[in-house]
Amino acid sequence: MSTEGKVSYIGLLKNGIFGENPVFRIALSLCPAVAVTSSLKNGLLMGIGVFFVQTLANVSISLVRNLIHERIRLPAYILIIATWVTAINLLLEAFAYPVYKQIGLYLQLIVAFAIILSRAELFASKNKLLPSLFDGLGMGLGFLIALVVISFFRELLGSGTLFGYPVVSSKPVLLFVLPAGGFFAVGLLMGFFNWMDIRFFGGHGASGGGH
Amino acid sequence: MAKLVELLVAASLVNNFVFTRYLGLCIFMGTTKKMDTAVGMSITFTSVMVISSALSWVAYNFVMVPYHLEFLKIMVFIVIVAGFVQAADTMMRKVAPGLYYKLGIYLALIITNCIILAVPLINADSGYSFIESLVFGLGSGLGFALALIIMASIREKLELADVPKPFRGMPIAFILTGLIALAFIGFSGLITL
Repeated sequence: MSTEGKVSYIGLLKNGIFGENPVFRIALSLCPAVAVTSSLKNGLLMGIGVFFVQTLANVSISLVRNLIHERIRLPAYILIIATWVTAINLLLEAFAYPVYKQIGLYLQLIVAFAIILSRAELFASKNKLLPSLFDGLGMGLGFLIALVVISFFRELLGSGTLFGYPVVSSKPVLLFVLPAGGFFAVGLLMGFFNWMDIRFFGGHGASGGGH
Repeated sequence: MAKLVELLVAASLVNNFVFTRYLGLCIFMGTTKKMDTAVGMSITFTSVMVISSALSWVAYNFVMVPYHLEFLKIMVFIVIVAGFVQAADTMMRKVAPGLYYKLGIYLALIITNCIILAVPLINADSGYSFIESLVFGLGSGLGFALALIIMASIREKLELADVPKPFRGMPIAFILTGLIALAFIGFSGLITL
């Protein structure tokens, strides 16, 4: 493996975390970003679930990419993703049941996340094993970090705790743990990231697309 | 009968998918820029929702429960929904081309929507009867339609507003959704199931 190859792997990781961050930049798969981020623990676990599914799905799709006929590729990819989601769900149900009871529905719905299917279609179906692995790692990490950032602010402001331990003694802003608070938190953070982008990096503000 | 009405109201208003369960946000944000799109999406969505809850109820209670295959429900439901949507797409193109050109593109978008999968999963987990599943599907579809239409009418006005540059597009749409969600909290005491 040459050094040039290594640089591009790091580039792939960075792309997932910053350049094309699934939540803040390309604005895909927003449901969990709002739904499970009312506490840091839930956000972290959900992020880990997505991280594993994204990586494993990318790897397995990249392995079988030449065996699948082009016309049935999307159903085949969905089935591969669904297999991994089922596996992760059974695992978490066995080992983290209290959290699973709260966010189980969203963990099952990872299968319908646009971000995982779109990475499979755009990247893993066209690239060799190792680049696909790193793309999956990068995208998964980007998602994990986004969820942790959002849930950090929501738990800190909404209940004054972190991981359930009290941190702030002043009265919490209840709004942030309410359903509506999730939307405000994501909207404000997206706006903040856009502002940083415009102010410091000369960009023109991303995340206009949607879907 | 009264229970069915309660279920309908609960699914569409009290537990509205967008505002209190936060599902289907991708479609919600993507198709509410114009009123026409929002209405087209609502019609397609509600009908697909009802039919797919019926199909997956049959598969779950007549095949998966007797053979103890409940752990496969994610895979089975997504195959049923995706297969049905694909079939509907092909049939509509042949039988009703006019309707297809109006609503066809929304059908393709529906497969990647989480609500369409969430409804069969919730039906299976709560052990609803066949009729209750249908009503739950209908209620969820209507609730989603309501959310889409409210949002589309606000966003059409928003085009004229002077929003700070970093907040244009998605961020302001999220804050708007938050405000509507605050209003929907008001429904929460309406029915307790």
